Amino acid sequence: MIPVLPRGVRLHWDGVRATHVLLAPERTLMLDEIGHAILSRVDGLTPLSALAAGLAADFEAPIEEVEPDVTEFLQGLARERLVDLNG
Amino acid sequence: MADGAPPIPPPIAMLAELTHRCPLSCPYCSNPVDLARREAELSTEDWAGVFRQAAALGVLQVHLSGGEPASRRDLAQIVAAAREAGLYVNLITSGVGLTEDRLTEIIAAGVDHIQLSVQGTKAETADRVGGYRGGFAKKMEIAEAIARAGVALTLNVVMHRHNLGELPEVFDLAERQAARRVEIACVQFQGWALENRAVLQPTRAQVDEAKRLVAEARVARAGKLVIDFVPPDYYADLPKACMGGWGSTGLNIAPDGAVLPCHAAQTIPGMQFANVRDLPLTEIWYRGPAFAAFRGTGWMPEPCRSCDRREVDFGGCRCQALAVLGDASAPDPVCRRTEGRTRLDQLLMAEGNAPDLEAARWRRIGG
Repeated sequence: MIPVLPRGVRLHWDGVRATHVLLAPERTLMLDEIGHAILSRVDGLTPLSALAAGLAADFEAPIEEVEPDVTEFLQGLARERLVDLNG
Repeated sequence: MADGAPPIPPPIAMLAELTHRCPLSCPYCSNPVDLARREAELSTEDWAGVFRQAAALGVLQVHLSGGEPASRRDLAQIVAAAREAGLYVNLITSGVGLTEDRLTEIIAAGVDHIQLSVQGTKAETADRVGGYRGGFAKKMEIAEAIARAGVALTLNVVMHRHNLGELPEVFDLAERQAARRVEIACVQFQGWALENRAVLQPTRAQVDEAKRLVAEARVARAGKLVIDFVPPDYYADLPKACMGGWGSTGLNIAPDGAVLPCHAAQTIPGMQFANVRDLPLTEIWYRGPAFAAFRGTGWMPEPCRSCDRREVDFGGCRCQALAVLGDASAPDPVCRRTEGRTRLDQLLMAEGNAPDLEAARWRRIGG
């Protein structure tokens, strides 16, 4: 499964509120550090499993905990059509 | 700010009404009945300055609307200026007046998302409501061009008594046109819609059926089509937080540069609106009297003031209180906890007799 941000959905640094946000049609999501860490690795090329492995390594967390969380986060966004999960 | 009042947050969204000109004449248009003329409109450079100020103030998304924004020949330059300022750019268009060439320019200028309105799912109804023969066919051509270009598309349908029967087809149309979202907005009775309320008001049976169909479609189309549904106010029991709370998340710029807390605020007698030609946007947002008038909970009468929903709906819609009760500072008459509700129920009874659409007053400049 390869996550991708569809056209019209993009990350943005909100300098006024000092936070990363996800901008989408009629939606603005304020992102916490984890949300941003996940979405900034969504490039349309990296499979979900590799993306989770990278996060687990960087945050020194066990992959068996990271992967289900990342999957759930991205599936939630996919239901709202803010992320496409291909393949 | 009164002592102890919470700090004023920066706005997230801005509606930029580029013009009131529009080839359509929908009888529910949210524009004021007294439409601005072309000579009064802000210039391209004015808009670019407004976008830079808005981004610095904290606005993240701009909705380019009208009237029909494509009535402005400089629309692509305006889109480019908004992107350059760092804003997410939504274009809200009827599609009529856009050609494929102009669409290409607007896409090259960086539009993020296009919201295309349709007045129905069949040419016959849609063109009758919009008062423009051939409009529906043009919209479908533009929708296809948007899909070919791969730009994010939302289909927007304003619904009322004369087209609610087409709701099942709305979902199919949206998917056929590759829209990721569909917005089904029941007419809000402001502006021209208020003039035509008796003609447009849906029946209770239509509203119940619409809710059922939306719930069903949300399940059936999960993950394919996001469905936003705005039910009609008058059949609700509790009010909506208009604009997410007055002066808390959004602002509107009228074609002439007047800065409004909501698109219907100009109907409120005695309210003064500052203009971007005269004052910085920051000053208007944080210290403008129009924004302060109904911000927060300090202005509230009872029963809102002691209500447990006072920070949920912020007293509802000020313009609706004005339209129905003649008092902009009364509680929204939709609320079943208020006396004003009796008046709203009387209106629903009185207007249940359904005059035909032909009786509508059609939107036009100088009308």
